[in-house]
Amino acid sequence: MNTVFKWFNDRLPIVNTFERHLSKHPVPKKVNFWYLFGALASVVLIIQIISGIWLMMPYQNTEEGAFSSIEFIMRDVDYGWVIRYMHTTGASMFFAVVYLHMFRGLLYGSYKKPRELVWIFGMTIYLVMMAEGFLGYVLPYGQMSYWGAQVIISLFGAIPYIGESLEVWVRGDYYISGSTVSRFFALHVVALPLMLIALVFMHLVALHEVGAGNPEGIDIEEHLDEDGVPLDSVPFFPYKVLNALVGIGVFMTVFSIIMFFFPEAGGYFIEKANFEEANPLSTPEHIAPVWYYSPYYAMLRAVPDKLGGLIVMAGAIAILFVVPWLDRSKVNSIRYKGIFSKIAISLFAISFLTLGYLGTVPVTELRTLMSVICTAIYFLFFFLMPIYTSLESTKQPPERL
Amino acid sequence: MTESTKNNKRRKVLIGMTAAFGAAGIPFAATPFIAAWNPSAKAKALGAAVKVDISKIEEGQIVQVAWRKQPVFVLRHTKSSISNLPSVETKLADPNSLAIDEPYRDLYPTRSKSDEFSILAGVCTHLGCSPKYHPEVEPKPWDATWTGGFFCPCHGSMFDIVGRVFKGVPAPTNLKVPPHNFQGSILTIGEDKEIT
Repeated sequence: MNTVFKWFNDRLPIVNTFERHLSKHPVPKKVNFWYLFGALASVVLIIQIISGIWLMMPYQNTEEGAFSSIEFIMRDVDYGWVIRYMHTTGASMFFAVVYLHMFRGLLYGSYKKPRELVWIFGMTIYLVMMAEGFLGYVLPYGQMSYWGAQVIISLFGAIPYIGESLEVWVRGDYYISGSTVSRFFALHVVALPLMLIALVFMHLVALHEVGAGNPEGIDIEEHLDEDGVPLDSVPFFPYKVLNALVGIGVFMTVFSIIMFFFPEAGGYFIEKANFEEANPLSTPEHIAPVWYYSPYYAMLRAVPDKLGGLIVMAGAIAILFVVPWLDRSKVNSIRYKGIFSKIAISLFAISFLTLGYLGTVPVTELRTLMSVICTAIYFLFFFLMPIYTSLESTKQPPERL
Repeated sequence: MTESTKNNKRRKVLIGMTAAFGAAGIPFAATPFIAAWNPSAKAKALGAAVKVDISKIEEGQIVQVAWRKQPVFVLRHTKSSISNLPSVETKLADPNSLAIDEPYRDLYPTRSKSDEFSILAGVCTHLGCSPKYHPEVEPKPWDATWTGGFFCPCHGSMFDIVGRVFKGVPAPTNLKVPPHNFQGSILTIGEDKEIT
């Protein structure tokens, strides 16, 4: 070890950290593509931070300047359009990989003991991401920014007694205005990203403490070699890292194709109405959230009551936090769970996707009825989980990976 | 009682008192940060009343004006639409506006200070979208027995032509009636000396 490196290593735990979290950190030797999305999410987080810092420079957080500064970025800043589309594509891709990452957790029981905290930190990341995405969507101050913000902030108004004053407090005005834009900007670029980074750190620290799961849902710690390293594991570096790089390569290709050729994604990533400046006097004929909120939006619309809609929507997210305690199954992985779990998770996935579609289209009586049915399935998946996971007969998972 | 247990007791009391003082400081420290999110003095000062010349509004016509940057509907009813008002009452959740603070209760069926005009805040009481005016009496995708009124495109809430909410829609209450005043052909929205 050369002297300069030694000088640093004596003062900073470089080798220790590298070994503990990378070169000697054991990960299951056999996992499938579902285990890639965590790595992809951290790649998107970095993309969002870098493109976000660059967008911040020409952006103006005022009522008059917001919309025109976005157009300025698109037309007059060299490569400004790439940086903006990188950020908008990144937002959607962030949610795409996080949804797949979460579904992986549900499939293979990644939330089960001893990984409950990993799951809870992850769910908190998801919650902060939703707030972050919403705040960011308001900043361009287009028609959808304005009316989306109007609807979401009005949700606070459904809270009994304090609702209306809370609305005014959040907006900083009696209607959405420059005060709203500038505070959303501060939250979007400083407060929530700080929280996100801290939570990602905790998510990883907790994960490294208990070790990563695997698609068989078995505990690799039960078979150790003489050094106490699980027999069915490989070191994170280089094996996992190189493996993930292949996935990242594929992902970045898809990302680039969207960013360069379909940045609006047919109105799903950037809605058409947002290319028009905010007009407080005219609601667009059809307002819908971006695709990653639409399942919850469909639930909100399914309930013909203001407070009830809010409760259902908040409950749909809140219930995800307690999944580790709803699943009473003896096995972790869907591979060894019984038929009821398999039917339940399929129905759940179908109804979530259907809600996602329903949340983006205008209401009709039939669609409202479908939203009600899918919302019911969504909640029954969780409410009945303690029953069907403990009653059904499971298969015996193998001893080794 | 030994010396050490005595000290432990003293320590616990001291720790408790220090913690209590520290905790009491939290609301004081939080006050400026929470209060800074309230509307600024400038925002509070805005919101002056607006004046509208109503002499040019035809029967059945709607005019949209901005008061406090929010849409306000000024609607001149036809005689027949006024006389039809009682017939839709079975569809309404709150025909007499008992659930809200109605400024001009029991004055006219228009809910305003005029027997011909309705003045309504054009903000859906559900989640703040601006409802659209559909005066036609014809079947609509959202209601097969539509007799004219307001339909909110966001979440499908329905209101009759004087802004009273239908049953079974997400909006909880009738559209609000802002304070207003008629002086000849000039309507002032946002100001009424009789109700302060």
